[in-house]
Amino acid sequence: MKHIVIIGNGISGITAARHIRKRSDHRITVISGESDYFFSRTALMYVYMGHMKWDHLKPYEDWFWDKNRIELKKAWVEKIDFDNKELFFSEGDSMNYDQLVLATGSVYNKFGWEGEDLKGVQGLVSKQDLIELEENTPFTKKAVIVGGGLIGVELAEMLRTRKIEVTFLVREKAFWNNILPLPEAKMISEHIASHGVDLRHNTELDKIISDENGRVKAVKTTGGEEIECQLVGLCAGVRPNIDFLRDSELETDRGILINEYFETNLPDVYAIGDCAQQKKPIGLRKPIEAVWYTGRIMGETLAQTLTGNRTAYQPGNWFNSAKFFDIEYQTYGWVWPKPLENEQHFYWQHENEPKAVTLSYDTETKKFLGINTFGIRMRQGVIDGWLNEEKKIDHVLANLRKANFDPEFYDRHEQEIFSSFKNNLQEAY
Amino acid sequence: MSRIEHNMSLTGEAPAAINTQQKLASFLGMSGLILLLLASLNINFPNKTLWLSISLVAIFGGIVWFARAAYSHTHPGIKNDGIWFKSMTNRGYLAWITGIALTGFYIILYFYPEYLGLRAEGDNTGLISLFDPLSKLLSGNPASQWFVYGTLYTIAIAAFGIKFLWKYRHNRYEKLRTFSVIFFQTAFAFLIPEFMSRLNGEGFSLPYYDLKNIWPLNYYNFEQYRVDDFLSAGTIGLALLLFGIASIFIITPILTYKYGKRWYCSWVCGCGGLAETAGDPYRHLSDKSLFAWKVERWVVHSVLVFVVLMTTAVVYSYLGYDADKYWLNRDVFLIGVAVFLTILFAGIWYFKREELEKDARYGAIGYLVIILSLVGFHYMSGQNLFLFNAETLRQAYGFLIGAVFSGVIGTGFYPIFGNRVWCRFGCPMAAILGMQQRLFSKFRITTNGGQCISCGNCSTYCEMGIDVRAYAQKGENIVRSSCVGCGICSAVCPRGVLKLENGSRKNRTISQEAVMGDNLDLLDLIDRKSK
Repeated sequence: MKHIVIIGNGISGITAARHIRKRSDHRITVISGESDYFFSRTALMYVYMGHMKWDHLKPYEDWFWDKNRIELKKAWVEKIDFDNKELFFSEGDSMNYDQLVLATGSVYNKFGWEGEDLKGVQGLVSKQDLIELEENTPFTKKAVIVGGGLIGVELAEMLRTRKIEVTFLVREKAFWNNILPLPEAKMISEHIASHGVDLRHNTELDKIISDENGRVKAVKTTGGEEIECQLVGLCAGVRPNIDFLRDSELETDRGILINEYFETNLPDVYAIGDCAQQKKPIGLRKPIEAVWYTGRIMGETLAQTLTGNRTAYQPGNWFNSAKFFDIEYQTYGWVWPKPLENEQHFYWQHENEPKAVTLSYDTETKKFLGINTFGIRMRQGVIDGWLNEEKKIDHVLANLRKANFDPEFYDRHEQEIFSSFKNNLQEAY
Repeated sequence: MSRIEHNMSLTGEAPAAINTQQKLASFLGMSGLILLLLASLNINFPNKTLWLSISLVAIFGGIVWFARAAYSHTHPGIKNDGIWFKSMTNRGYLAWITGIALTGFYIILYFYPEYLGLRAEGDNTGLISLFDPLSKLLSGNPASQWFVYGTLYTIAIAAFGIKFLWKYRHNRYEKLRTFSVIFFQTAFAFLIPEFMSRLNGEGFSLPYYDLKNIWPLNYYNFEQYRVDDFLSAGTIGLALLLFGIASIFIITPILTYKYGKRWYCSWVCGCGGLAETAGDPYRHLSDKSLFAWKVERWVVHSVLVFVVLMTTAVVYSYLGYDADKYWLNRDVFLIGVAVFLTILFAGIWYFKREELEKDARYGAIGYLVIILSLVGFHYMSGQNLFLFNAETLRQAYGFLIGAVFSGVIGTGFYPIFGNRVWCRFGCPMAAILGMQQRLFSKFRITTNGGQCISCGNCSTYCEMGIDVRAYAQKGENIVRSSCVGCGICSAVCPRGVLKLENGSRKNRTISQEAVMGDNLDLLDLIDRKSK
């Protein structure tokens, strides 16, 4: 019986622990300084908005861990002695392991802005960040959010529920235009603005200005404008949380470098989840994937390896989802913000509701490459099948109805999308 | 309160509670209620028709105005902001006051109707007399405490139904479902029975019959006075009696097979109707623990066994008084019941044993043995059927289940335990439909591959206390006997993971293994769908 120690009780680490237990009798310890129990990080926003309480974030009841013999230790790991396989905690105690899984997750980016460490300046990744936000916002009438990504729009939604005025600085010319094609990005921008958010496109942060108590009182944009605020949300992406490993023999770049088996350069040390960086990216995926479900797949795959069935990471077709205030977004396959060479986008938008679809396909072979939907739910199983079987765009359009996953009695738009596509093509000839 | 919650300092600034229009609307609604309160204190209103109208319009209008002020300026979409910050919806002071007031009302209604003005002799007084004009308009008779209750109940479903329609105006499933419960309450539970009683006259008397209220929810449907009334009312009466029986054995199983128990519990049923409208603000208060689920299964099925025993005993007892009047005799009936239950049990055991949990198997065997041995004991010893006198059983059921459980606890405690306590732990009808749904139905909630982020909105807002997330995060479809198909889990899901569906029974519960081996075979999928 070996002792497997997992640092990090996020989705990757916990999934690994659960699946190691399913498949073996090894001793398992999960270490986290962040929280007593595993919780759903993606739902932090709902606690702040009053949709849920902290306890609702825990996917397993507290007795689950004991019952499954998964030992939990609340501590921060300060240093690791890889040669002697020993962990040292900030409280001064230590622990030995036979195999070590690093699943330490992310922290939010700071890019060296002047004033980025002032009081009232923060990101939103951890439980501690949420507590800090609770402490900061009672004083907050106006907030500035920096960085137009998924956490930024979530933070905007959160603050709006407390009637805080929000100015949202976005580098792109429309929200998330580095990921979304322009028409979609514009539609989301309009929707965000309609929720009373002062959305500033093509605007970046220059510096954060302090009051006499070391608390933020305003920001200055690269355009030279000064915006008064009592809170600055730093939402310009996340990076691997590996600072405590920097000066060790563990090979790192932006994240902990791993192969497709999650093996690091050191024996018996593995890394999964947000903190890991693939030496060779898998397909068109980024080398560091900070996505919920990839964390889950990594944890599950590594559990196979650690229990004797060495298995490579095979995440399958790319997919993801998000919600921008009231608009649900789903994506399957690849839809780039600008079509790559030999790619074409077809875009459809509802005339008055916030619903849209983008289909991406190969201009030559007509092969279906990916789909973005807004305000329309899609059935992953069906689309995944189309991608695997390399169906052509006509097949996809003709069968789009089969992929619909909206609740019963919702309006259906496949007919309209189909004719719109056909008309588009006919106009092109 | 857990330690963590305390640390979260989540008592932070909640959104400003209510706006000016909502305050005015509350004032309007409350003044309507105060008029009713004054009436129950025996203030004699000079023009009852006028004051009753003012009061009911004020209550209805107050609620609708409040809802409009709450939602009309907002975007269509989920409206759960601040739910856990508000006293009313987080078991705070307002919630307790409301719970106590409702509970008190139910206690008076069920056990002390004289305080509402019910008089055995002479004209009603107080609150009940205030409702006389409306009752006379509808049925021609003076009001009773049940008429007062029925009127207020219908107004609550209609007004809070309109609130719900505003709240979920982006979701057509929710809208249609709400129109449906408002319609069935107003027409079937309230108006039609009142009109039916107008037909009653010399030698022809139909019992008060809400057609959609099916045994065993309507546990008194086969009591002697009702059966006698049915039988004495000629073809119509007989048709109604047969409809009551067909509802249990033919209509419900077919509809539940096709659509799941939601066709009843969240589209038709009056208890469900109130829970989904007036009770909607409390849906997140249900207990989601595994322990609660275990309690639920034992309690609800025990109530079912209780109602079967009670009804059998009651029917058996009156079949004996006047043997010529009914074509059924005691022995045929009793042995018939025993044979039916045995065949039903044997069928489930033979075809579905694998799908039953261990405690469900023990429970099923245990209960069957108890029922059969009671029947056997009766024949061997000549004792009272089921040891107790039928009337004692009937009264005990009426008191414990009919009044205390479904009314006082089930509705009175909405703001504390959530809005479906009765439906989940007590309703024997829900238990029957649940068995059908679990074992013989096309209904399921489909999970969409790997999109689930385990956020927990679905579980939090499940009024039946189902831990929906536990299934969704595994990529497993949800087939649970308690699910009433309200559709809120699907509505609140931020990632489009859940969909209520009636589909092929094959692989209904299969997990898509969304994580590993993400690659589904489409043809296989289409194959399965077309079967």
